Amino acid sequence: MNLTLHVWRQKNAAAKGGMTRYEAKDVSPDMSFLEMLDVVNEGLIAKGEEPIAFEHDCREGICGSCGFMINGVAHGPQRGTTVCQLHMRHYRDGDVLFLEPWRATAFPVIKDLVVDRRPFDRIIAAGGYISASTGSARDGNTILVPKQAADKAMDAAACIGCGACVAACPNAAAALFTGAKITHLNILPQGAPERYSRARSMVGQMNAEGFGQCTNIGLCEAVCPKEIKLEVINKMNRDYLVGVLA
Amino acid sequence: MSLDSRSPSGPIEEAWDQTKFDMKLVNPANKRKYNLLVVGSGLAGASAAASLGELGYNVKCFCFQDSPRRAHSIAAQGGINAAKNYQNDGDSIFRLFYDTVKGGDFRARESNVYRLAQISVNIIDQCVAQGVPFAREYGGMLANRSFGGAQVSRTFYARGQTGQQLLLGAYQALERQIHAGSVKMFPRMEMLDLIVIDGRARGIVVRDLVTGKMESYLGDAVVLATGGYGNVYYLSTNAKGSNTTAIWRAHKRGARFANPCFTQIHPTCIPVSGDYQSKLTLMSESLRNDGRIWVPLKAGDKRSPDQIPEAERDYYLERRYPSFGNLVPRDVASRNAKIVCDAGRGVGETGLGVYLDFADAIKRLGQPLIEERYGNLFEMYNRITGEDPYKVPMRIYPAIHYTMGGLWVDYRLMSTVPGLFVLGEANFSDHGANRLGASALMQGLSDGYFVLPYTVGDYLATTKLEKINGSRPEVLEAEHNVDAITQRLLAIKGDRTVTSFHRELGKIVWDYCGMSRNAAGLEHAIGKIRELREEFWRDVNVPGSGEDLNQQLENAGRVADFMELAELMCIDALDRNESCGGHFREEYQTEEGEALRDDEHYSYVAAWGWNGLGSPPSLVKEQLEFEYVHPSQRSYK
Amino acid sequence: MSSLAVPAPIDRVFRFYQTTVGKKAIMAVTGVVLFAFILGHLAGNLQVFEGQAKFDNYAIFLRSLPAALWSARIVLLVCVTLHIVTTVQLALLGKSARAVSYVKKDNAAASYASRTMYWSGPIVGAFIVYHLAQFTFLLTGPVMEGHPYDNVVLSFQQWPISVFYIIAMVLLGMHLSHGVWSMFQSLGITSPTRSPFIKSAARLIAIVITLGFLSIPIAVLAGFVTTSGAR
Repeated sequence: MNLTLHVWRQKNAAAKGGMTRYEAKDVSPDMSFLEMLDVVNEGLIAKGEEPIAFEHDCREGICGSCGFMINGVAHGPQRGTTVCQLHMRHYRDGDVLFLEPWRATAFPVIKDLVVDRRPFDRIIAAGGYISASTGSARDGNTILVPKQAADKAMDAAACIGCGACVAACPNAAAALFTGAKITHLNILPQGAPERYSRARSMVGQMNAEGFGQCTNIGLCEAVCPKEIKLEVINKMNRDYLVGVLA
Repeated sequence: MSLDSRSPSGPIEEAWDQTKFDMKLVNPANKRKYNLLVVGSGLAGASAAASLGELGYNVKCFCFQDSPRRAHSIAAQGGINAAKNYQNDGDSIFRLFYDTVKGGDFRARESNVYRLAQISVNIIDQCVAQGVPFAREYGGMLANRSFGGAQVSRTFYARGQTGQQLLLGAYQALERQIHAGSVKMFPRMEMLDLIVIDGRARGIVVRDLVTGKMESYLGDAVVLATGGYGNVYYLSTNAKGSNTTAIWRAHKRGARFANPCFTQIHPTCIPVSGDYQSKLTLMSESLRNDGRIWVPLKAGDKRSPDQIPEAERDYYLERRYPSFGNLVPRDVASRNAKIVCDAGRGVGETGLGVYLDFADAIKRLGQPLIEERYGNLFEMYNRITGEDPYKVPMRIYPAIHYTMGGLWVDYRLMSTVPGLFVLGEANFSDHGANRLGASALMQGLSDGYFVLPYTVGDYLATTKLEKINGSRPEVLEAEHNVDAITQRLLAIKGDRTVTSFHRELGKIVWDYCGMSRNAAGLEHAIGKIRELREEFWRDVNVPGSGEDLNQQLENAGRVADFMELAELMCIDALDRNESCGGHFREEYQTEEGEALRDDEHYSYVAAWGWNGLGSPPSLVKEQLEFEYVHPSQRSYK
Repeated sequence: MSSLAVPAPIDRVFRFYQTTVGKKAIMAVTGVVLFAFILGHLAGNLQVFEGQAKFDNYAIFLRSLPAALWSARIVLLVCVTLHIVTTVQLALLGKSARAVSYVKKDNAAASYASRTMYWSGPIVGAFIVYHLAQFTFLLTGPVMEGHPYDNVVLSFQQWPISVFYIIAMVLLGMHLSHGVWSMFQSLGITSPTRSPFIKSAARLIAIVITLGFLSIPIAVLAGFVTTSGAR
C-alpha cells in the first residue's frame, strides 16, 4: 500500500518547525509503524536528506521510549498498544497520516518527533519510591501483601512512562502518570509510612513542572498503552487531600 | 601475563563472607570525597549507582536513553530466581549454584556462581521492601513458579513484566538518591571512550546526544553496566539501542574480553517477516509447556498446516528427545529448529520457522484454560503477525537473546584495567556457556546492590589515587580519539546507510557464528567481516552533522564497534575446538548430534586482549577448577 | 521527601490552593453546594404544577426568612465565584501547559459533555445572570413584583425566552452529567467498583434534573399551565 505522511520536522529545540509531506511507498501490512518509518528514512538518507528523528528502543511496547501522535491520537488507533507495536495492517492504501510530537510545555521538542520527558523523572524523584536502602530489608515473607492489593499495585505499576497521557490530555496534565506511581506504592503495606508525604511532594512536583489540571475527562485512559485506569487519579487526589488537610 | 581471579580459597560457603571481612573499608566521612562514574542505568547500573549513593559516595550515572528507566532490563518477562525454598521443594543455595554451573555447561567460575546463589536470597528481600509488586498467594505470601526446566519452583515474578518491575524498583531507588543529591544523572549521554591514567581507569569521554558536545568526566573508579552485545546480529531480541560501544572501547583501552563467542539463542521468537524487519520479539518459553513443535515431514511442503495430516508431520523434538520432548533446554531446541529448516522443511513464507501447535492442548484442556495460561502471549502474537494462534499454529524461530561473554572480571568484578568494574550482562562472569532462565535479572541486581558496593570500597581504600584534572594528556588524547571517530564517520558521505551495513554484518555473524559454527565457516566469516568493515569506512553515509541530535551518527559509531567485535567473536569461536552450551561447533558432537565438550583442553575462560586493528588479539586463559560440581555430559534423551 | 517538613497552616492553605488537585477539590466542593441548590430549586419550581396559590405561597415563604435567604445567597455567591475563579485559573493553566497546539487532534474518546464543560459552564453562567435579572430582580421580561406564578407563565409563553431556557437547561444537564461524577473523582471518593455506578447515576440524575426543569416551559408552551392555573 502507499500512504501519505505529514510529519512535524523541527531541527532542534530553538528552531521553528512545520509539517512536511512524504510519500511512503510499497508499505507491507506486516510492518510495524516504526519499520514503515525506518523505510521512509532509508529513502530520505539515500536522497541526501536528514531522516525523521523519532524515539524508540525496545520495540516491544515496554520501554516507553516511543510515541507520537498519529492523526491526533497518541500512539495511534489501536487501544492498549504503543506505536512500536502498531502494525500497518490497520491502514489502507491511500491513507493520509499526520505525525506530530507530544505537545506539552513541560515536554519541549528536541527534534522532529523527539521530546524531553525529564519532568517525569523529577516527579518520581520527588517521592515515587519507598525509602528502603540496600541491605536494610528483612525476609520478603515477613511483609504479607494481600493478593488483591498486589494485583492492584501491579496494574498501576505497569505504567511505562511514555507520556501519552500528557499528550492526549487537552490540558497536558500528568495526573495519570503521577497517580499511577502513587497508587502503586500507596496500596502496598511497604509504602504506607510515606503515603501522604509521597502524595504531597509528587503532586507538588507535578505542578511545578508546568503540567495542566486534570478535568476528569479520561482521554489519558483511552490512549494509555498499558490501559491504566482513571482510578489512579482518584487515589492520588484522595491521598493528597488527606495528606494536606488531615 | 596471567589472570588472577582473586577467588578466595577455603570453603566456598564462607568465601564471600570472608572476602567481605578481609576487604578494607572507606571511612564514612571520606566517602563523599570519592567520585564514582557509573555507565548504564539498567538493573546492574541503577542498583549500583543507588547503593553507592546511599553509602555516601559522590556518584555520576550516565545513560544514552532519555531516562534511566528505559534500560533494556525492562523487557525481561519471565522472572528472577532465588534460593528461598519457600515452596519446601528441596531448593537450597547449593542447588541453585549447582544448577547454574551445570546449566552453564561448566564454563563458569564456581566462586562467582556460589556467591550469586547466596545473594539471590537478599535480592528478593530488597525488592519486596522497595515495593516491587511480586505475584502473591491468597495468604499474602510470595508466589513462585518453575521456569526454564528447573526442577524446583524458585522463580519470583510480577506478571510477565518482572524485568520492568525490578528495574523500576532500582530506578526509583536511584531517583531517591538523585533527589538527595548523592547521585547526579546524565541521560542522553553516550560513553565513547575510557580514560586510563597510570594504568588505572580514571574517567570517561561522553557525547551529549542532544548538543553533540564532547565532554570528559573524571573520577576515582569507573563502573560499566552497559549490557550485552546481542545486536551484533542486527536482528535480536535486544532493544534497538543496545550496543557494545562502552565495553568495546574499554576493551581497546586494555580490558580483556572474555568468551565473546558465548551467545544465547532463544528458541521461541516470532519469525522474521520481511527485509524491513528491525528486531525480533521473544515469546515466553512457557509456551513450550503445552505447545507441540513440528514441521512437515517432506521438504518443500507448502500446504497450509491444517491440510497436513498427522502422519505427514514430524514432531522432531518429541521424536529425538522422548523424555524431555518439547521441553529440552534452549540451545537444544534452537539448534534442532535450525537443522529442520536447513533441510528445507521450515514453514512460513521465508522457510525460517517451525510450528508451535496448541490444537492438541486446546482439545485436551479446553480453550478457556489455554487462554488463562497464555492469553496475553497469544494476544501479542496476534498483534504482531495478524494470525490467531487459537486457530492456526504459531510460527516460531530462534533468535539471539543474551550474550554470556563480556569483559573479563575477577571475583570482585574488576576488569583487567584496575579501577574499571564491570557488572551485569556486560561482564562474562556467572553464566558460563549458557544462561539459565530467570538468572539474568538475578545477576544484574546481585552485582549492583550487593557485590560492587563492597568491592569498590576495598579498591578505593587500598589504592593511592593521585589528583588529576582535565588537562592531562591522557584525557586530551581520549577526547581527540572520540572526536576523530565522529569526524571520520561524518566525512565519508558514501552511498550506503548505516543500517544496510548493520544488516549485512548481522547476517554474516548469524550464518557463521550463530546457532552452529564450523571452522571453515568461521574463517570465511572473518574474511567477510574484514571486507565489510573496509567497505563501511569507505562507503557509509551518515547524514547531518555532529552538532545536534543525530541518531544515524550514534548508530554508525555502534555499528563500527560491532564490526570489530564480530571478528573477535569468530576468532574466539574458531579457537574453541569443542562444543559447549550456546557454542556448538559442528565438528565436535556426539554420534546423536549433541554438544561434545572437551574438558581436558578447554576448561578455561578465553580472555582476549586488543592489539590494534589488523593485529591478532592475544589470548590469556583463566583455568577453571571445579571442586564442588563435577563436570558431566548433559543428556536430555 | 525530607524536604517536605510540615508547613504552617496559612502556608498549607496557600500551597493547597496552588496545586491543581487543590483547586479541583475546591471546584468539587463548590460544585456539591451548587448541585444541592439546583435540586432544591427544582423541587421549588415544580410546585408550579400544583397551582398558583401553592407556588406564590412558596415564594412568599422564602422571602419571609430574610436571614436564611441571604445566608443562602451569600453561600451560593461565594461558591459560584470560587467555582468560576478556580475554573478560569485552571483553564489558563491548561492553556499554558500546552502552548503549542496540535495540527490535528482527536478527542472523540472523551464524552461530549466532558469536552464541552468550558462552554457549557459559561453559557449556564450567562443564563443564571439573565435568570436572576428576570425573576429575582425583575429587570427584564413581562414580570411584575409579587406575582411569581404569573411571571413564570407569562415569560415562558414567549417562545424566545423558553427556547433560551431550554437550551440552558440542556447545557446544565450536560454540565452536571460530567460534573457530578467529576466531583467524586476530584475528591478521591470513587473506587473501581463504585466508579461505573457513580458515572451512570450522575448521568441519570442529570437527565432527571434537566427533564424536571424542561417540563415547566414545555408545559407552558403546550398550554398545559396558564395564568388561570394548571388544567
